Parts: sequence; C-alpha cells; structure tokens
Amino acid sequence: MTGALATLGAAVLSALAAIGRVAIFTAQTVRDMVTPPFYGRAFVQALHQLGFLSLPVIGLTALFTGGALALQIYSGGARFEAEEAVPQIVAIGMVRELGPVLVGLMLAARVTSSIAAEIATMKVTEQIDALVTLSTNPSKYLTVPRVLAATLATPVLVAVGDIIGILGGYLVATTRLGFSSASYLHNTMSFLEAHDITSSLIKGAVFGAIAALMGCYFGMRSDRGALGVGIATKTAVVAASVLILAANFLLTEAFFSA
Amino acid sequence: MIDVRDLHKTFEGANVLRGVDLSIAKGQSLVLIGASGSGKSVLLKCILGLETPDRGTITVDGQPAHPPKFLDRFGMLFQGAALFDGMRVWENVAFRPLQSGMARDKARALAIEKLDRVGLSAATADQFPSELSGGMQKRAGLARAIATDPEIIFFDEPTTGLDPIRAGQINALIREVVDDLGATTLTITHDMTSVRAIADNVAFLKDGRIDWAGKPKEMFDIDQPDLKAFITGTPI
Repeated sequence: MTGALATLGAAVLSALAAIGRVAIFTAQTVRDMVTPPFYGRAFVQALHQLGFLSLPVIGLTALFTGGALALQIYSGGARFEAEEAVPQIVAIGMVRELGPVLVGLMLAARVTSSIAAEIATMKVTEQIDALVTLSTNPSKYLTVPRVLAATLATPVLVAVGDIIGILGGYLVATTRLGFSSASYLHNTMSFLEAHDITSSLIKGAVFGAIAALMGCYFGMRSDRGALGVGIATKTAVVAASVLILAANFLLTEAFFSA
Repeated sequence: MIDVRDLHKTFEGANVLRGVDLSIAKGQSLVLIGASGSGKSVLLKCILGLETPDRGTITVDGQPAHPPKFLDRFGMLFQGAALFDGMRVWENVAFRPLQSGMARDKARALAIEKLDRVGLSAATADQFPSELSGGMQKRAGLARAIATDPEIIFFDEPTTGLDPIRAGQINALIREVVDDLGATTLTITHDMTSVRAIADNVAFLKDGRIDWAGKPKEMFDIDQPDLKAFITGTPI
C-alpha cells in the first residue's frame, strides 16, 4: 500500500514538475516575443514552412471529413426524419469542432514533429551551442519565430479547412444525396453565426501555439543521439495532440456552455 | 586574459572537473590535451557559458565572463563543425555579420574571402553543409569561427577528420591568426603534430585537473608517466 502511494506520489510530482517546466518555457517564449532582437527572416521562413506548406494536407483532410460528415448526418438523420439538417450540421460541425480540431491534429502530426526533430537534431549536432557562441539567443531565433508563425497562420488554416470541409459536405450532398445547390448554400450561410466563426479562429490560434510550443520545448530538451531525437519527436507529437484536445474541450466549454 | 580558478563540474554524480586552474595570456595559443572523456570539452563549454559550473570563477580581462555579451569577442570551432543545415555555406560563415545587419552581398563576399582562407573554393559558398565532406564542413566551420576576426578563438579538435595536408594547413592558419591578428586561442587536440605546430603553451588535463602545464618542447622531455603515455600512445 505504501509502495503504491509512493509511486502515485512520485508520478504526480513528476507531472507537476513537467507542467511547471512547460509553463516556464512558455513564459520565456512570450517574454522573448516582445523583446528585441526580432528575426523577421526566420519568421517569414517559419510562416511559409508551417503555414503555407500545410495547406494541401489541411485541404484534403477537411474535404474528406466534410464529405463523410454529410453522409453520416444524412443516414443518421434518416432514423428520425431529419435528413434535411445536413447543411446546418455539416456547417456547425466543421466550423465549431472538426475544422479547428482536425487542423490542430494535422499540425501536431506535420508541424510539431518537424520542429521537434529539427531542433533536437540541432541540439545533438551542437548547432544550438553554436548559435549561443554566435551571440544569438536560441529561444529568440528558433522558438519565437515558429510559435508566432504557427499562432498567426493556424487561424487562416482553420478558416480554409472550415470552407473546404463545408465544400466537401456540399459536393456529397448535391451529387449523392439529392440536395439542391442553392438551398444547401442558403441553409449553410443562414445558420452560421459570427460567434461560431470567431470561436473557430481563436481555437486555431491556441492550437497553433500549442503545436509549435510542444515541438520547440521537446526539441530543446532532447537527449543526445538518434534515440534522443526520436523520443523528443514522439513525445512532442503526443503531448501536442493531447493538449490540443484538452484545450478544445476547455475552449468549447468557455464559448458554448449555457 | 582568460583566468579559470577552482572550476568544478559534476554530471549525474560524475566529477568531470575537480578544481581546474588555467590562465591564457593575451595573444597566446594554449593547447589543451588529455585523454578522451577527461573533461576538455566541458571546460571549454564552461568558459563559453554553455555549461554552468558548480563552483569556481571564470574571468575575461578581470571581469566575470557573462554570456552572451562577452561572446561577441569569441569565435568557436566545434568538433563536428556544427554548421546550420538549413543555410548555405556562405550564410553559415557570415552568420554573425548577417545578424549584425551587414548587407547580404557584402556578407557573401566576406564569407567567400574566409572560405578561401581555409582552402575552400567560392563554389562551395552556395552549397548546403550536407553537400560537403566532413573535412570540408570542418573548414567551413573554421571559416565561420574567424569570420569576424575575433579576439579569442576556441578550437575543439580542429584537425580531426582531415588529411595530413589539410591538417597542416589548418594548423598553419591557427598559428597565423595568433601571430598576425594577435588572437588568443584555446585549442583542444589529440594530435601531437598540431601541438608542436600551434602551441605557445600546453596544459594536460587529467582526472578533472590540470596535471601539467608548460612549453611544448618541455612536454616531450618531462618525466611524467601519464603525460608520456598520452604523448607516445602507450598504455600505462
């Protein structure tokens, strides 16, 4: 019994210490964001890498999900004669939940992993140390541009994902389920509220920040060697995914609880 | 110029440095030798502020070494060159001038000049580090270390991985930056040819302390079993 309690206590302390380290890392990143020097070129490169180059995978994911969602709502709705609700539910489902969450998770897969692997490799090969000896703060040069770029680019990616997701639902509904184009679009547009879109974009910004922060944090803390790089990458992706889903719940609670 | 006093550093229970005392005078080339794992690189990283010592003091010109400001006076060649993968070779070499706001065409010209100095052609300037051989990466790293003609330069295994001719050129270049530019250098090496070519003074690190220090010519005559074994490569 005592042994089990000790194990539980050690696990809780370890978790709290990890939360503390992440909080300190986040606070340092925010501080470095608002104090010079600023690396504009690194920011633009990060914006291109993390934002623009993520568009194809975000678009494809949203398109297929929107289409599948329309099929599911149609067949599920048929059980209580609610097939006509497909446009409204696809719109609200994509904009409020699936759009931001899918974009967040795709970023965790694509962006968090690449950031963690890149920074961890830089650490292993002493490139981070080299930055320091070249009078360059690694946090300002590596972390800040990536976190800032992901935070600003992800709402745009979410907006694109929402639109393409709705388009996926529209294409399936109008070609397979017998909906008319005009009424589908009308029902979609009239049902969505500004609040739905705002919450979607705010979620995007938070998820983007989480994805980049986790990649940088675990990359910077990587152990030496190829194994260290692998562990850092895996842990970063898992942590980012879980945190994005947890943050999604909290934000949904904040935005939509009655 | 650089003074290290009673420096201690422990990693997970292992006492790597156990009271290192070391002085490097201005314009002097000090070569640090010692067996693998004796703490040479750790000592270097402590001076650079990349590792925090548990105890002891490090001063540069009598002032405590507080990175990052004093690093503006430093150049460093890492053991594995540590070039930035995502940048072209010239951007690596001219990294510090570029960060200081130098125009890109001017910085590129400076990088090509430094690359030429370490025996690399202008054609390598636009390549990425991964396209270079290990020896070429090392020389590009050296070009980066001397790019701004720093007052103090540290070299971690500068000739490892180079053929004897290139190694000789690098040794000559290190000697040149000391003699011509008046730079103060600290070099870590296992290569006795390098020691002879570049050292004004030699320090032998053993068991976390400076076990012997003196002139290179004294080193080969001194009757000290550990040092002799290290120099001749004979197990004790």
